[in-house]
Amino acid sequence: MNIFSLARFLAILVKEFIQMRRDRVTFAMMIGVPVMQLLLFGYAINTDPHDLPTLIEMNDDSPTARAVLAGMEVSEYFEFTGVVTGPSEGDRALRDGRANFVVAIPPDFERDILRGHVPSLLVSADASDPTAVGSAVAALQGIVDAALRDTLSGPLQAVAGTSSPVSVVVHRQFNPEGVTAINIVPGLLGIILSMTMVMITSVAMVRESERGTMEALIATPARPLEVMLGKILPYVLVGYVQTAVFLGFAGGLFQVPFNGDGLAFFAGFNLYIVVNLALGFLISTVARTQMQAMQISFFTILPTILLSGFMFPFAGMPGWAQVLGTALPATHFLRLTRKVMLKGGELADVTGDMRAMGVILAVITLVAMLRYRQTLD
Amino acid sequence: MTDTPAIKVSGLTKRFGKKTVVDGFDMEVPAGAIYGFLGPNGSGKTTTIRMMCGLLTPDGGEGQCLGHDIRREPARIKENVGYMTQKFSLYTDLTIRENLDFMARMYGLKNRRRVVDETLRDLGLFERGGQLAGSLSGGWKQRLALAACLQHKPRLLLLDEPTAGVDPKARRDFWDEVRRLSRAGVTVLVSTHYMDEAVQCDHITYIAYGKKLISAPATEIPARIGLKTWRVDGPDLTGLEAELTARPGVEQVARFGAVLHVSGTDEAALTATVAAQKARGTHHWQEKPAELEEAFIYLMTSAVDNFAVDIEGEAA
Ligand SMILES: Nc1ncnc2c1ncn2[C@@H]1O[C@H](COP(=O)(O)OP(=O)(O)O)[C@@H](O)[C@H]1O
Ligand SMILES: [Mg+2]
Repeated sequence: MNIFSLARFLAILVKEFIQMRRDRVTFAMMIGVPVMQLLLFGYAINTDPHDLPTLIEMNDDSPTARAVLAGMEVSEYFEFTGVVTGPSEGDRALRDGRANFVVAIPPDFERDILRGHVPSLLVSADASDPTAVGSAVAALQGIVDAALRDTLSGPLQAVAGTSSPVSVVVHRQFNPEGVTAINIVPGLLGIILSMTMVMITSVAMVRESERGTMEALIATPARPLEVMLGKILPYVLVGYVQTAVFLGFAGGLFQVPFNGDGLAFFAGFNLYIVVNLALGFLISTVARTQMQAMQISFFTILPTILLSGFMFPFAGMPGWAQVLGTALPATHFLRLTRKVMLKGGELADVTGDMRAMGVILAVITLVAMLRYRQTLD
Repeated sequence: MTDTPAIKVSGLTKRFGKKTVVDGFDMEVPAGAIYGFLGPNGSGKTTTIRMMCGLLTPDGGEGQCLGHDIRREPARIKENVGYMTQKFSLYTDLTIRENLDFMARMYGLKNRRRVVDETLRDLGLFERGGQLAGSLSGGWKQRLALAACLQHKPRLLLLDEPTAGVDPKARRDFWDEVRRLSRAGVTVLVSTHYMDEAVQCDHITYIAYGKKLISAPATEIPARIGLKTWRVDGPDLTGLEAELTARPGVEQVARFGAVLHVSGTDEAALTATVAAQKARGTHHWQEKPAELEEAFIYLMTSAVDNFAVDIEGEAA
């Protein structure tokens, strides 16, 4: 008796492909979801948000101060929607979401500049939505400097000098770390792969027992390994297609760079897909109906979104959340992808992430194999 | 054929949670037989069949199937068994041909294409091979399911209520096929609800609440039950039928055309009732030897569904 029959494995593989092809809705979802998500998120990435509501706390109504504000408005990042009388009023506005920024012009602003005292221009930003305010914040010092250069001409040229006459102090509220927008793309790939891989495999596996076809399948001499691989492998290919589509769109539409080593990415990405498929398989050994499989899959996706560093900066999370996050494969894939795509990482840079995913895979596979039954018990 | 039985199990027991579904079950199916497995819904027929082909692990008892131990060698059993599940278990989203091809691959058949073509032709579905299996009617699904588990030429066929919900004509055709297979040397174990199917079997085992009640060659079943039967004819049989049902000793009144068959196992009580009826002189009463028909009607109607109300999990 052989433990593994290639013929039977292929039989299951072929069957799985045919079923996948016939299931139009799922098929459309597999391709449609990544594209749709990318367009949705990509829109936020690609466009620097403009005309963000901004309040002013005016403590020095001088020509120079007005010039700075005019420069900010001309930049189109900021749109002045009102004035506040003190910091507490500004904070309330930020919390309520009535404004994204509060700009405070300090008393004696102009005089301090003329005396070369480098006053602080205090900007409070609602960084709970870092994608929204990130680029405006990044551009701020440049905008202020340019505005002052134009104003401080003639005899005042000297103060304009080489270094900035004003220091822009940005106070990020609610999310002190901030995230650069481009980080979203590698993260999104991790989330989408996890979402579709886990859900589709678990549902496809459970479908077999729910429809009663499992009984006929295991009444044949099929071995567990043949069933497992035959059912999982088609979805590895789905993962390839999703990633290709995703990266194609990300590069073509949004000019997301791919700076690092393709091999490092490929290795990490394959490992990540397999981990997620194994997780889907594990879920299928717990769930009794397709509906349950779907629900448990969703249950795993939520922490993946929240704790992997996709939504919130990993370093900014409390200790317990970091521990949970470390157990998630997406956390390591996100780091790996960011390193490779954005920071030009090589294979050597990502071995730690790979090892972490390897450990997670080993644990999941072990539990899944222990739980998998070749009988209907 | 060999003398060793195709199936021999003893003390087979299966529990789901706290509920014992099959309880110390013994059965011996001689090679080459058409063996009927009768019992009301929920009595444990499907569970027993699943244990015999290695789909469920027994909690107690042992046995062999085609000479292989049901616990240790399920893989060897599966190679030589054709199992037709109670519920249609082919892929409804694959075509007829794809389903047959899949099963042929799973059993590692050589000349797969030829085998599948042949099966399709035998079924008379050659032209419709590209149709989705899910679009077939109940009768066709059942024929396809049978054909699919015959492709690898099994020595033992396990049919779990194969004709449930199928029209009488299709049922007759199905049984013609089963008898043809039996003549060719295949052992057939068939679970059923239908009396007209039970009478086709050489040997019968009757199960209720997971326990074996009767097991005997079909011809001996009436005597085993100890059923006494009287044949009645005369006017207004419908009225008489209603009246008799309530009388002591009468356990069953079955109508066969223009006569009634009145049966019971308590001979003394039945004889007394019949004597009283005879004295009225309205009908003609005659004692007759009990036959298989009455015996099966007796078995199938006296048993209520065995699904306990207190089960926690849902039925498989
Ligand atoms: N997988 C299972 N889990 C729990 N109970 C089950 C399972 N399979 C069957 N049962 C229960 O076992 C009993 C016998 O079922 P079954 O063998 O299907 O009877 P039959 O085939 O004679 O109708 C029923 O009460 C059923 O609810
Ligand atoms: Mg049953």
